[in-house]
Amino acid sequence: MSMVEIEELLRRNEQSDLLRFSTAGSVDDGKSTLIGRLLYDSKSIFEDQLDSVEDASRRLNREGVDLALLMDGLKAEREQGITIDVAYRYFSTPKRRFIIADTPGHEQYTRNMVTGASRASLSIILVDAAKGMSTQSRRHAFIAGLLRIPHVVVVINKMDLVDFSEERFEEIREEFSAFARKLEIGNLQFLPVSALEGDNVVENSERTPWYHGPSLIQLLESVYIAGDQNFIDLRLPIQYVNRPTRDFRGFCGTLASGRIRVGDKVVALPSGKTSRVARIATADGDLPEAGPAQAITICLEDEIDVSRGDMFVTENNQPQIARDMEAMLVWMDDTPLQPNQPYLFRHTTQTVKGTVAELRYVVDPDTLHHSDAQALELNEIGRARLQLYSPLLVDTYRRNRATGSFVMIDPLTHRTVAAGMISQIGRTGATDPQAEAPTSKNITRHRGAVPPERRHELLGQKPATLWFTGLSGAGKSTVGFALEKRLMDMGHACYVLDGDNIRHGLNRDLGFSPQERSENIRRIAEVARLMNDAGVIVITAFIAPYCEDRDRAREIIGEGFFEVFVDAPIEVCEQRDPKGLYEKARKGQIAEFTGVSAPYEAPQSPEVHLHTDRDALEASVDRLVEALRDRGLLPRS
Amino acid sequence: MTDTSPRLTTIELLEAEAIEIIREVAATFERPVMLYSIGKDSSVMAHLAAKAFHPAPLPFPLLHVDTTWKFPEMYAFRDRFAEKIGAEILVHTNAEGVARGANPFTWGSVEYTNVMKTQALLQALSQGRYDAAFGGARRDEEKSRAKERIFSFRDENGRWDPKNQRPELWSLYNTEIHRGESIRVFPLSNWTELDIWQYILMEEIPICELYFAKERPMVRRHEMWIPYYEDRFVLDEGDKVETVRCRFRTLGCWPLTAAVESSATTIEEIVAETMVARQSERTTRVIDFDQEASMETKKREGYF
Repeated sequence: MSMVEIEELLRRNEQSDLLRFSTAGSVDDGKSTLIGRLLYDSKSIFEDQLDSVEDASRRLNREGVDLALLMDGLKAEREQGITIDVAYRYFSTPKRRFIIADTPGHEQYTRNMVTGASRASLSIILVDAAKGMSTQSRRHAFIAGLLRIPHVVVVINKMDLVDFSEERFEEIREEFSAFARKLEIGNLQFLPVSALEGDNVVENSERTPWYHGPSLIQLLESVYIAGDQNFIDLRLPIQYVNRPTRDFRGFCGTLASGRIRVGDKVVALPSGKTSRVARIATADGDLPEAGPAQAITICLEDEIDVSRGDMFVTENNQPQIARDMEAMLVWMDDTPLQPNQPYLFRHTTQTVKGTVAELRYVVDPDTLHHSDAQALELNEIGRARLQLYSPLLVDTYRRNRATGSFVMIDPLTHRTVAAGMISQIGRTGATDPQAEAPTSKNITRHRGAVPPERRHELLGQKPATLWFTGLSGAGKSTVGFALEKRLMDMGHACYVLDGDNIRHGLNRDLGFSPQERSENIRRIAEVARLMNDAGVIVITAFIAPYCEDRDRAREIIGEGFFEVFVDAPIEVCEQRDPKGLYEKARKGQIAEFTGVSAPYEAPQSPEVHLHTDRDALEASVDRLVEALRDRGLLPRS
Repeated sequence: MTDTSPRLTTIELLEAEAIEIIREVAATFERPVMLYSIGKDSSVMAHLAAKAFHPAPLPFPLLHVDTTWKFPEMYAFRDRFAEKIGAEILVHTNAEGVARGANPFTWGSVEYTNVMKTQALLQALSQGRYDAAFGGARRDEEKSRAKERIFSFRDENGRWDPKNQRPELWSLYNTEIHRGESIRVFPLSNWTELDIWQYILMEEIPICELYFAKERPMVRRHEMWIPYYEDRFVLDEGDKVETVRCRFRTLGCWPLTAAVESSATTIEEIVAETMVARQSERTTRVIDFDQEASMETKKREGYF
């Protein structure tokens, strides 16, 4: 290598950006071979490492050089032939640096998969082309969605075993996409690969002429990650107070999100005291400003009392100070979750005690089915209601990965027992504090003796909730009742939940403030879930203007949630105005009327999108019936 | 590194991550200590610590576990370096091992390393009642390190249980321990060898002269160049002392450290060599391949 090349290499390394990604696949999906291939083809393997792999391959009577052996670090694993923990690997290309968290796909090791995925910006999920989607594939997809990894790449591997068949590729792609639609996965891409033979790993393969996308390396090099950072919400958890002399008082921490500039007004939480940034001090001199992930030291203009665990934020953009919240928990310890027992909750730079007041449900990542459970066991994932003894400064995980995540630690054994992602902040469930302590030990959930399959058989249908959303006047009730009639005529049990039967009874105590709207939706979702449990197809006809509320409904209802966007331009709705509401809203007689004085957040990827201004009513109903058949919820007649 | 472009570069992210880890230890443990081996990685680690607490001095001491068989050049460098970054340096030697005449020539590297490194380290940590000890290990160095946590739990006997590690998520570190237990902390976990050199170059961090090529007296053994120091080298029959233009890629006990033939006298030249080197750096450490699954076994026993 010439000195010019070295200088070029150093310059590139100095300026390169970093992509952290995780990999998941079942034992036989060829994951280790794929990573071995990435390292091998990017020349990240030293000769002596390759030699020892060659030796081991011979000793274990493997065919040729088994690149998978590069990955199996620990002695026990080499013996058992499986990977049992998260291993970190490093490689680079001229365009980018990479850290791989290589996590095992074996079913009982969910905890490792979650661990590896927690810091990843991208996740590679391997599927064996010959075998198709497995329980593990669904589990990996679920975890990627749960941890909100921005980019998911599905590598359909072993294409050589299926003669590089486009049809097979498309078949798996469709199956995977159908499953992924029920999850929150942002950017989803598919690649046909043979890791063993190198097809579409570094270069596009001639054996897949029908594939026009990038090779895996090209994709990893080009995926846009700068947008994954949050520059908006200033959250600086104070980690350490540095006070070497009387004249210097620095508050050290790593910016979880947002930007901070000299002169900015900051609020120190939880005290609420304010000051301005006098300096952003580093050993290399003061900075004018700092952004996400920078480890900085802030000096303030005023002497205010700040200590570890506090947080600097801005006046008009703050996290919530909360002791009550709901979170998704991934249980990671052999000892199951003990409700109402104390645990330590480690969140940003703060550790508090608290308990899990209630386990709301456990999710089966394979079927996405929610079921009631008394305990959360190793590798199980569930939603729980937390009661902390002291408040934390939190955002939802959806909004902020750093201030929405926590780990739970057993106060006696000090083992890390769970990973948590905050899904909702504040008291949930009944508003009456008396009723909220439900939880009393005398109430246990009764599990019936009738399995859901028997109900499905009896009714000749699988239950679902068709969650209609759209502007007032878009035709939700019209389409809903027409569909109900059609299904009844076909001999199916179904029921429409709408404002009349809910707002006048169950929810008559609720008004229209954001919290009450949110509680309204929660109750509707819980009712829909119960009716689904009873085997009934439910149609809900509410405006449900906020994505967050609909997502919560999706979480509560689980696998049977089916979002239907009943869409019509607002001018059309306003013209229809069946209840004269638009007119009143325009006159200012109704506050916060969706579409007029309150926002409507259209669904990003509804299962069905109806255009009631263009399509006839009967055609819309036909489409919905067909969609239910496609999902296998109704039998083909 | 005063640039505040929208997305940090890899090196900036690695620096920020290391500083966060180092501050976390200072904030949550009662008696932390930073292991200082005099090598390039631990010099980078100590430099990062100095940056983490600037303008204050390091809030914990550096600790050198001295086998008495380090290169003479290393001792001189150690004292200069500590003074330069304004750190207190403690030195511990296993006195009992010295009394028993421990040496890498007649004892064999396995037993010698156990007594003078592993046991010595455990003595030093327990005598100092340290509850957290920083080490400069990187995950790209060795395959069992690739699986170790950044905050790595040790039981009362300083042992590592690779099967029973605490899950480590996001950048939330579990710092809870009982009395007598401890945590080994590896702020450079995600750095590669190239990053270390790059950072030394960018930050002008001093490193020991042994990393640079020079003509040195050497003895050829097992196809490796072992440095020759007249007063302590036990020559075997047929050993021949030769002058070789060489340098060291890693520094340790000289009888266990092989040199590579080289003419690199600048960091850039070293990087050039590193990039074309088709042998990973630990092949120059004799102790790494003297037992099956060598490093993992040593780590279980308490070695760094």
